[in-house]
Amino acid sequence: MTNAPVRATRTPPWRNVRVLRVIAQLVTLAVVLIIGWWLVNNLLTNMRQTRLSFGFEFLDSTAGFEIGESLVPYSATDRYRDAFLVGVANTLLISLIGIILATLLGIVTGVARLSNNWLVSKIAAGYVELMRNTPLLVQLVLIYAVMLQLPAISNSITLPGSIFLNQRGLFLPRPVAEPGFGAWLTAIVIGVAVAIGLHVLASRREAAGQSAGRLRLAGYGLLLVIVAGAWIATSPLGLDVPVQERFNFVGGLTISPELTALLFGLVIYTAAFIGEVVRGGIQAVRRGQVEAAQAIGLSDRQTLRLVVFPQALRIIVPPLTSQYLNLAKNSSLAIAVGFADLFSVSRTMANQTGQPVSVIVLVMAAYLVISLLTSLVMNLYNRRVQVLER
Amino acid sequence: MTADTERLPPPSDVVGPRAWLRTNLFGSWASSALTVVLGTVLLLVAVLAAQWVVNARWGVVTENLRLFLIGQYPFDQAWRIWLALAGLSVLAGLTAANSGAAVRTLALWLAAGQSLLGALVFVSGLGPFVAAALVFNAALVWVSYYMALRRPVPRRPLTLCWFLFVPLAFVLLQGWAGSPLGAVPTRLWGGLLLTFVLAVASIVLSFPFGVLLALGRRSDLPVLRALSTAYIEIVRGVPLITILFTASIMLPFFLPLEIRVDALVSAIGGLTLFSAAYVAENVRGGLQAIPSGQIEAANAIGLNAFQRNMYIVLPQALRTVIPANVGLFISLLKDTTLVFIAGGGLLELLAIGRSVLAQPQWFGAHLEVYVFISAVFFVLCYTMSQASYRLEAAMGVGKR
Repeated sequence: MTNAPVRATRTPPWRNVRVLRVIAQLVTLAVVLIIGWWLVNNLLTNMRQTRLSFGFEFLDSTAGFEIGESLVPYSATDRYRDAFLVGVANTLLISLIGIILATLLGIVTGVARLSNNWLVSKIAAGYVELMRNTPLLVQLVLIYAVMLQLPAISNSITLPGSIFLNQRGLFLPRPVAEPGFGAWLTAIVIGVAVAIGLHVLASRREAAGQSAGRLRLAGYGLLLVIVAGAWIATSPLGLDVPVQERFNFVGGLTISPELTALLFGLVIYTAAFIGEVVRGGIQAVRRGQVEAAQAIGLSDRQTLRLVVFPQALRIIVPPLTSQYLNLAKNSSLAIAVGFADLFSVSRTMANQTGQPVSVIVLVMAAYLVISLLTSLVMNLYNRRVQVLER
Repeated sequence: MTADTERLPPPSDVVGPRAWLRTNLFGSWASSALTVVLGTVLLLVAVLAAQWVVNARWGVVTENLRLFLIGQYPFDQAWRIWLALAGLSVLAGLTAANSGAAVRTLALWLAAGQSLLGALVFVSGLGPFVAAALVFNAALVWVSYYMALRRPVPRRPLTLCWFLFVPLAFVLLQGWAGSPLGAVPTRLWGGLLLTFVLAVASIVLSFPFGVLLALGRRSDLPVLRALSTAYIEIVRGVPLITILFTASIMLPFFLPLEIRVDALVSAIGGLTLFSAAYVAENVRGGLQAIPSGQIEAANAIGLNAFQRNMYIVLPQALRTVIPANVGLFISLLKDTTLVFIAGGGLLELLAIGRSVLAQPQWFGAHLEVYVFISAVFFVLCYTMSQASYRLEAAMGVGKR
């Protein structure tokens, strides 16, 4: 373009978009930096005056406080570093168990809301509205108050399967590995391998246009037979059943009232939201899809498995991710019922060490990492279920 | 299927209670079994719940109702709250007259809620005067509604009134020392009043901030985009409680020692910073829904970036995100309960409940207090969510 008819006149800098863009960004950056500098400067001045310091050396000194329940071994003589890790582990534990249980209950709720049975769908709707329109924190303290008003040990509520519920918490049978456990695990691995092999074979046959339903069924059947047979042959797991003694239960797995209340509250709260997500996903699958599936002769189960579910999943996964993140973040309300999660442990640390700034930086970083990891995993999964568009 | 059945008209819809039962409750064997089992359980639960309600010690609520409603706000200054509430009632009535069904529902519920509260107050220790005042306010909603139906109030002044109302109400409630009004320190505010102040102030303040963040995130200036995105993602990645904790405990560290931050201000600040990130994400959804032709047309007629956003983009984007923001307000209202964990001594509804439970004569009345608080939140949040569904339907969000 050397022979341009008109030579462009130079735009003055105050009207040149390129210059203005750079200036706008520099000004914003300057404002943010100045505010940040002012805040940090205040912090440093205040710390000098109040003889506090910013740093993470305190992590290596002795914590000196007990933590009620922890996954990893911990005692009051351990360092702050260990206490913090206990908090992280507890938060992860709650989030993981909570997510699994809330997903199951949420799917049931979502499907129930779409039920043809009026009573079932109304109960599900009532449950969802009740959960969504009251604060989680109030629900948690309410559940905890109910837990503390449960009967004493001597008249525990007995549920089927040697499960006991009383003031001291929830008592469950604990599975214990017996000598045959390793052999049984090996059998499971072999069974799964066989099932996967047959599944792949069946898929190939289906892709080639042959019917392979029986082959697939045989695969699952074989897996079941192998696992069950090996179970009988090796008897791998025993149950350590809680036994009531005069003042307490002995053996089994004990879950404190705090943890029970927290888990129960988080699960029923999040499940209501997940139920709505699931319902929305299923309803969003167009009716024509179901009709088309019926028209080409798929059975009801095949319609659900091959047509409705894969499409609903695609819509469900992104909002489901944000519900999982909410659950993980909401687990920080544990402090209201006295369970030692990440936030609760950190608050104790902040009070004891007198270094709230360092502690809060650590806590926020830990929650951010948890959130980012969760979204990463869910995004990877999301990419798998989405349609590959050309 | 004989030939005859094909000639019949399509089966009529459910007719009569028996047919209704057959389709909806006893459609199949499985469905019937489910109905029977669930019905029995539901009946059992209902009986137990009714028994509990009848035998519960509701005195803990009725005798402390004033605390639950306004906390320690001086009783002789309570007329300020009445005045603010009356202003709200009149404005709601006037607005309802020239708005859609959603706003009408809200105004209706405001009137109904005040009457309900009036009835509750009547049976409690607060006496007939307070009850009458509440009923009077409920009547105000209706009167202004019918007056405005007859002589419609133009929209613009009304909108202006709403914008003025929030700060004016705040000033009225707070007052200032040295004036004839006298100051009511915020530490005396409490209960439902404080819950409302926290939620309303935070949502109002976070709105402009959130819009700016959303525009920043969609901007093509890399520095603005990076800053906005980082802010939004960091705030959304951490629990609210850590932000409130930072605001109430750590804010003094970041400010000069001479500045004393009121606990209420720091709590509102924390809630605002938190909800701004969520407002931003809602608004971003609205921005993305605007067809690019609109922006190109704005550029073509020579509008600059500011004019383009003010006259073309935002009016369209903000309209579509109103229902989502009502949802946000509901969750913010629920989240105000977290203020009580974060410390700072603010006595919103839940914290008032805890302090009432500390009174020796109400030892162990936890369930009554928490059920009452849940019921209050349920009524508030449920009405607002119903209104937002209606709004969504009226605006046809997601249908265009």
